[in-house]
Amino acid sequence: MFKRIYDWIDFRLGIRETFMPMLRHPVPREIAGPLGWWYVFGSASLTLFLIQILTGIGLALTYVPSADQAYESLLYLNYQQPWGWFLRSLHYWSSSAMVVLVLVHMTQVFLHGSYKYPRELTWLVGVLLLLCTLGMAFTGQVLRWDPDAYWGVGVGASMAGRVPEAGPTIVDLLLGGAIIGGDTLSRFFALHVFVIPGALMFFLAIHLWLILKRGISAPPKAGARVDPATYDSEYERDTHEHGVPFNAEPILKDIIFSALVVIAVVGIAAVAGPKGPSAPPDPTLPGANPRPDWPFLWLFALLALSPPSAETVIMLILPVALILALLAVPLISNRGERAPSRRPVAVLLVIFIYTTLGALTHLGHTAPWSPVMTAWSSDPIPTELIASKERTLSPLQLQGAVVFQNKQCRNCHSLDSIGGKRGPDLTHVGQRMTTDQLIDQVSNGTPGGGNMPAYGKQISPAEMTALVDFLTQLVPLGAAPARTPTQDVP
Amino acid sequence: MLLSGLASAAAATVVAIPGIGYLAAAACRKLKDQVDWVNLGPVDEFPENETRLKTFVNPLGQPWDGITANTGVYVRYLGRQSFEHQFQVFAINCTHLGCPVEWFPQSGLFMCPCHGGVYYANGDHASGPPPRGLYHCEWRVNSANQLEIQAPHLPTLQRTLRADQPVRG
Ligand code: FES
Repeated sequence: MFKRIYDWIDFRLGIRETFMPMLRHPVPREIAGPLGWWYVFGSASLTLFLIQILTGIGLALTYVPSADQAYESLLYLNYQQPWGWFLRSLHYWSSSAMVVLVLVHMTQVFLHGSYKYPRELTWLVGVLLLLCTLGMAFTGQVLRWDPDAYWGVGVGASMAGRVPEAGPTIVDLLLGGAIIGGDTLSRFFALHVFVIPGALMFFLAIHLWLILKRGISAPPKAGARVDPATYDSEYERDTHEHGVPFNAEPILKDIIFSALVVIAVVGIAAVAGPKGPSAPPDPTLPGANPRPDWPFLWLFALLALSPPSAETVIMLILPVALILALLAVPLISNRGERAPSRRPVAVLLVIFIYTTLGALTHLGHTAPWSPVMTAWSSDPIPTELIASKERTLSPLQLQGAVVFQNKQCRNCHSLDSIGGKRGPDLTHVGQRMTTDQLIDQVSNGTPGGGNMPAYGKQISPAEMTALVDFLTQLVPLGAAPARTPTQDVP
Repeated sequence: MLLSGLASAAAATVVAIPGIGYLAAAACRKLKDQVDWVNLGPVDEFPENETRLKTFVNPLGQPWDGITANTGVYVRYLGRQSFEHQFQVFAINCTHLGCPVEWFPQSGLFMCPCHGGVYYANGDHASGPPPRGLYHCEWRVNSANQLEIQAPHLPTLQRTLRADQPVRG
C-alpha cells in the first residue's frame, strides 16, 4: 500500500532517479575504513545548522525584536514559556558547537590538503560559510539584548567608525539611527533571521553541489602528489574500480558522528542552561563589564593588548588580511603533496594559529588588564603585607596602605598576585624603586601618556608621603630596599 | 522577443524604484538636522568641582527604544569664570571602542572596564589604549539658569559631539 503511494509520487517527482545516484556516488575505498572518521565533521556542522534553523524558528515564535520588549520576551522564554529555556539553551550551545565543528572541518581539510586541485572552489565557498557562521554568532549575540549585546554593538560601531572616510557612514548603516536602539535591533534581527541564513543556505547548496561534482578526496598518501594533468583520470579510475558507494559504510559514519554530536549538545544544553540575558540593556547602568561571546574573545584581547599605534591596523586591516589569506590558500598551493607528514609548514601554521587564538582567548576570558569593576578596592591588602611576626607597619605606612586601596591602584597593580595586571605586581616594589623614583612615578605616571596615569593632581602631599612610605617597605623579608648608586650608605 | 525584454525591464524598474528608495532611506537614516537640547536641571544642583553622572531619555531615539534610549553623561561644574558658569560634559563612551567609562571620585579618574583605558577628571587621556580624551558634549545655561546639552548621538572618532573639536586631542 505504502509502496504504491510512494511509487505513484516518485514516478511524478523522480526522487529516486535524481537522488539515488547522488547517494550512491562512489567515494574512495579508504573512507569505508577507519580513515573515514576524518570525513564526518562537515556533515555534523550541517546537522547542527539544521538544529539552528529549527530552534531559531521556535524562538522567533516568542521573541519580540523590539528594543523595549526584547529583554522581557527573553525572560519570558527563560522562565514562563514551557521548554523556552531549553530552546534558548540548545540554540546557544548548538551555535557554539557549530563554530567549533566548522573550524575542525576546515582544519582537517587544510591538513589533508583536500582543498587542492580540483576542489579549490569548494574551499573558497567554505571560507564564505565560515564567515556566515561567525556572522550568525555575532548577530545572534546582539539579539540577546543585554548589556553585553548593547556594548558589543557599540564596540563594533566604534571599530567601523575608524575606517578612513567611510567610517561615519558605516556606523549609520550598522546602527540605523543616531543611537543604539530599536532601529539597531531591528536590523540585526533582519540580518540574523533573513539575510545571513539566506546567504548561508545559498553557499551551502553550492558547497554540496561541488562535493558531488568533484567527489570526495581520498585520504592523503605521502608521496602521492596532486598533478592537475593526471589527477582527474586517476581519481576517476580509482573510485570507479575500487570505490564504495557513499550510502553504504561512509554515510553510516556521518550519521553516527552527527548523532553523537547532537546527543552531546543536547546534554550540555540541558545541564548548562541558556546564556543570559544578564541584565536589562540600560546604557546608564553602572558597573557594566561588557564581554563578547567566546568566538570573539581573541579579538577582544588583541584590542586590549595591542599598542595604540598598531591598533587601527589590527582593527581594519588584519580581518581583511586574514580573510584574503584564507581565500588565497587553494590559489597559492593547489598541487603537490597532500600528506601532513610532507607539509611541515602547513602543520606548523595550524599549530601556530591555534596556539595564538587559544592564548588570546584565554587572556580575553580572564581579562587581567581590568579586574571586575567592583572587585579591586574591596579585595583587602594581603595580611602578611600589613602585620606578621617579622613585619610591623608604622601608622604612616598603614595610612599609605589605605591610600593605595582608595586610589584604585589595584585596578592595574596586584599585591600577592591579586589585582589588575596592566601594571607590574607591587608585592616587592620596594626592592626595585627608591622613594624618589616612586614619588616621580606616582605623580608623573608613564611619560607621554603611557601605561600609568599621572596621580600628581589626584593625591595630596600627605597622601603621597604615606603611600610611598608604604610602598618602599614592600621588600621580601630580610632583603634590602632599593637605593640609588649615588646615595650615601648610612 | 523585444516586447518581453521591454516588459521585464519595465517591471524591474517599477519594482526597483520604491524598493531601492526604501532601502536607501532605511539604511542611511539621516541624523536629524535640527538640534535637540536636553535639560539636565538647575545649575545649582551641580556641586563645584565634582563630577556627576546625569541620565536622561535621548530624544534622538525611536519611541520603541525602551530603556536603550536612556543616556548618561558625566557633568563637571567648574564654577564661575567672569560671571559665566563653566561646565564640562562628557559622553559616557570610551574613545577607544565605546565602552561605558566609570567615574571614581577617590582617585579622580575615569576608568574603562573593557581594555583598561583611564582619563583624568578634565577628560584628558591618562593611560591605556584610548587614542584621545573623552568626547565633550555641547552645553549651555539657559535663561532659567538650567544646564542644557545637545542630545548626543553615539560618538565615534570621526564624528565627535563637537564640530570644532580636533579629532585627536
Ligand atoms: S573601550 Fe575603553 S579601553 Fe577599550
